[in-house]
Amino acid sequence: MLYGYLPVLIFLGIAIALGVVLLALGLILGGGRKDDEKLSPYECGFEPFEDSRIKFDVRYYLVAILFIIFDLEIAFLFPWAVSLDAIGAFGIIAMAVFLTVLVVGFVYEWKKGALEWD
Amino acid sequence: MTGIINSLWAIIEPYWNWLPTLIQDVIIVVLQIAPLLVVIILCVAYLTFWERKIIGWMQNRIGPNRVGPWGLFQPFADTIKLILKEVIVPRDANRFLFLIAPLLSISPALAAWAVVPLFPDFAIADVDAGLLYVLALTSLGVYGVIIAGWATNSKYAFLGAMRSAAQIVSYEIAMGFALVGVLMAGGSLNLGEIVAAQAGPDNSWFLLWLFPLFIVYFISGVAETNRAPFDVAEGESEIVAGFHVEYSGVAFAIFFLAEYANMILIAALTSVMFCGGWDSPFSGIAALEGSMLAAGGLHWLCIKVAFFLFCFLWLRATFPRYRYDQIMRLGWKVFIPVTIVWIFIEGGLALIGVGPWST
Repeated sequence: MLYGYLPVLIFLGIAIALGVVLLALGLILGGGRKDDEKLSPYECGFEPFEDSRIKFDVRYYLVAILFIIFDLEIAFLFPWAVSLDAIGAFGIIAMAVFLTVLVVGFVYEWKKGALEWD
Repeated sequence: MTGIINSLWAIIEPYWNWLPTLIQDVIIVVLQIAPLLVVIILCVAYLTFWERKIIGWMQNRIGPNRVGPWGLFQPFADTIKLILKEVIVPRDANRFLFLIAPLLSISPALAAWAVVPLFPDFAIADVDAGLLYVLALTSLGVYGVIIAGWATNSKYAFLGAMRSAAQIVSYEIAMGFALVGVLMAGGSLNLGEIVAAQAGPDNSWFLLWLFPLFIVYFISGVAETNRAPFDVAEGESEIVAGFHVEYSGVAFAIFFLAEYANMILIAALTSVMFCGGWDSPFSGIAALEGSMLAAGGLHWLCIKVAFFLFCFLWLRATFPRYRYDQIMRLGWKVFIPVTIVWIFIEGGLALIGVGPWST
């Protein structure tokens, strides 16, 4: 049954191999001389004046968390959508209830300002 | 020509039959993948050329015209130049992750083509979980961005990576919901069956039933590939080039290749899921029966992909860049509500038995 996925595996392998070959080609043919200035992090011509592991806005983190919830939701919807004609009215109404719960959560986070970026 | 092939085959055949079935299958698949990959990479090369040409024409310039006739060899000149340039790995960078990141962005962009139905009844891997595989691989692209930005250990790269990652995951949700809509209409995760459901003389492309989802999917695709007008991640006027600021030579070229390969992939997926893939828009018209125009095939897929790619370039030439908060607002407060509402509408239509999902 999984035999049909063999081409997928081969394709992934070839795609990775292509990237590796390109990168190796560049590293070999590129050559060049390294010096201290060239290898320093780029900061508009100045000496970098603090570590680049800086604090970042917590909203990025918030977006990532919200993403997980919604992506899980999509993962739940996939099998439901495929079997739509098999589960009939009961399935559709059940999913409508589930989606409504999610929408309530979405409205809550919207009102709380979790989606504001200014 | 067939004579030569037949005599060659006569020589090869005994050796071929001697090989185990697994090896035979692997060889056949590799022989299918190789031309597809060559075509995709050539398309990427010429897409960069056409981008410069088309934007040039739209701005009343000529565009590249020096290398070869009409500048047609420009992409090759660029490639050779990039391969011969030095790959600089900054002092503070994590060397391993720095070099792995470009691979992580190019491989999914190419490998997703395995399940795209190219012509009737053919995809390189005609698997049942095709759409799931596509969703998984298009999500993988964000790792390339995050790892590149983190491994570089530079402020600009870090900021660019954070922005880009947050933008990609936001639009990923709208895209996923649009895919759910397609699934409800197609009733299958197999992309070949999704196209087959749209094909035929009645021309029931999902574009008609799922128009809002089609728009959301395509615009999300533009945002997902970090293309203009959603290219704040690169933001050359403020954070220089975002996550790939420290990449040079071929490492940069791979990111570039990945971005354009992703554009072609999004164009192909939009055609496959909403515009009937290889299906002809003229099928079912009696006057055209039996001609190339009415027959479904690779040429129709190519025409549709070319059209969507032109839209990518058109958008870039037309719109100014969005502000970051506007991008996030569009993704979270416009696209996600639209897709959820449309899924409710589809469910309602399915209940009363109207539309392609009622079968």
